[in-house]
Amino acid sequence: MAPVTDWSPLWISLATSIVATMLTLVVGVAAAAWRGRRRGPLAVVVDSIFLLPLVLPPTVVGFLLLVIFGRRSPIGALLAKLDATIVFSWPATVIAAATVSFPLMYLTARAALEQVDPTLAEAARTLGAGESRVLREILLPLAWPGILAGTVLAFARALGEFGATLMIAGDIPGRTETIPLAIYFAVESGDMQRAWMWCAIDVAISLVLLGGLYYWTNAQRAASGVRKTTRRTDAA
Amino acid sequence: MPLEIDIEKQLADFTLNVKFHAPDGPLAILGASGAGKTMLLRCIAGLETPERGRIVLKGRTLFDSDANVNLPARERCIGLLFQNYALFPHRTVAQNIGFGLTALTATERDARVAHLAARTQVVELVGRSARELSGGEQQRVALARALAIDPKALLLDEPLSAMDTHLRSQVETLLEETFQSHARPALVVTHNIEEAYRISQDLLVLSRGHVVAHGPKHEVWRRPANTEVARLTGCKNITRAQVEPDGTVTAIDWRLRLTLAHPAPASTRWIGIRAHHIEFPDALAQETPRSAPPPQNQNAFPCWLAHHSETPFRMTVFLRTRELEKSEDEIELQAELTKPEWDRLRTIEQPWRVRLSPENLFPMDS
Repeated sequence: MAPVTDWSPLWISLATSIVATMLTLVVGVAAAAWRGRRRGPLAVVVDSIFLLPLVLPPTVVGFLLLVIFGRRSPIGALLAKLDATIVFSWPATVIAAATVSFPLMYLTARAALEQVDPTLAEAARTLGAGESRVLREILLPLAWPGILAGTVLAFARALGEFGATLMIAGDIPGRTETIPLAIYFAVESGDMQRAWMWCAIDVAISLVLLGGLYYWTNAQRAASGVRKTTRRTDAA
Repeated sequence: MPLEIDIEKQLADFTLNVKFHAPDGPLAILGASGAGKTMLLRCIAGLETPERGRIVLKGRTLFDSDANVNLPARERCIGLLFQNYALFPHRTVAQNIGFGLTALTATERDARVAHLAARTQVVELVGRSARELSGGEQQRVALARALAIDPKALLLDEPLSAMDTHLRSQVETLLEETFQSHARPALVVTHNIEEAYRISQDLLVLSRGHVVAHGPKHEVWRRPANTEVARLTGCKNITRAQVEPDGTVTAIDWRLRLTLAHPAPASTRWIGIRAHHIEFPDALAQETPRSAPPPQNQNAFPCWLAHHSETPFRMTVFLRTRELEKSEDEIELQAELTKPEWDRLRTIEQPWRVRLSPENLFPMDS
């Protein structure tokens, strides 16, 4: 058996997931902050659209992205004019991963922001703070643990992205071949050793992520537990 | 008037429809839970938008539905003390107090924070995290934070309700100093008549979103405009009443014929008397010579004790105007006495002589 020498799927996967997670973090938190405590039909429509990638089959997401960024769409035409192609290039893997991980980020960020006591934001407003200061200095710092958990989830989802990536980015070794694609095509070509190796690497990355999240959550809980005990002693 | 309010807002089960003017200084707003007190404060602070009306503070229109004016909360410069204090838990006490002072330089801000911390007696806490504070400490910091922006009006939501007795008198002193230090309207919401009475000279009573009484506290207290105000201000004895041709009044629920200080208006449907105004002439101090003629037999009648309940300094007795009838044990009057009065009264054989002094009986139309 020939040793595996091509490590590019690992680097492509990591680079794709990191960039996609950063994108999804910024856009997801912004969307969650905009949505805020809005009620009514608009909020329902917006929520439904934002959550679509979570419920649609990845192939459908991939197909829609293909249509949006393809040469026949206005966006594709604009990109063509700029001499940039998205489809079947590395940025396409980022777009696919960001799209499918966005709902997870949006949902957790929204829940985290909603958990912050609304009177804190109101108090800040009566003290003269504008909405962006309320977001920066009150909501985000207090929602931070939830947002971080959402970031980890989004990263894991981006790392595992397969269907949409295959549709819009294809499988070009060294350029768009991520770990999940490498596994699929290794199995397809009967290279079980290569498939095993990438599976092991994926499992290892996931375990590290989950372990880190677990450790961090426990640390958080312990910290808040200490605070509670202190407060109780104070009151006694 | 420094603060003019005339607003209307639809709430879940009633409409908040409030119109009043407030002078500089404290004004206690009394009302039962769910009367719309907190919503009123939130509308003034700009956290809720009324459907209609006007709010003018020191000549500045904060809200006017006709002129399409609705200043956001951040531009109103109103200090709101939340019921849960709403301190920023991830900030220190000093950062909390200084939150609204962005226009100052760091040095000026530090000086102002130190000044406010001294005024609210939290100097030793300034470096602590806000989440390490006790309830009373949180409230003082929240007050300092609200005062930091030098607000044009101060709105306090139940500032004393969560305090124990010792803490409450401290906070009351602090609030009094705060009210006196600066001429600005200060609305203090409470559901406790004693608090309301101590805090301010004027009293505004809110019931289901409406102002049912507003005036000097003694007047609101002595002459409640209607049974609702009477109950909200703690009156325990209210009866249906009927005016007789000779100007006296039949107290239907008490089964008594009573004389009032002034002839009751024909529109009178109810009369009331406060528990501590009910007199027991025989339980007065022993020094009263027994031989002296009982000065007033007007409105005096026999009563039987149903039961009593004790507080450290006072005794509440529940009385009947008839001896117990087997089928009926309705309590008709609730009286409050001092402990010495009670000690004398309990030695006297029942029925006791009870007197409802005409000056303390008040007629009400509704």
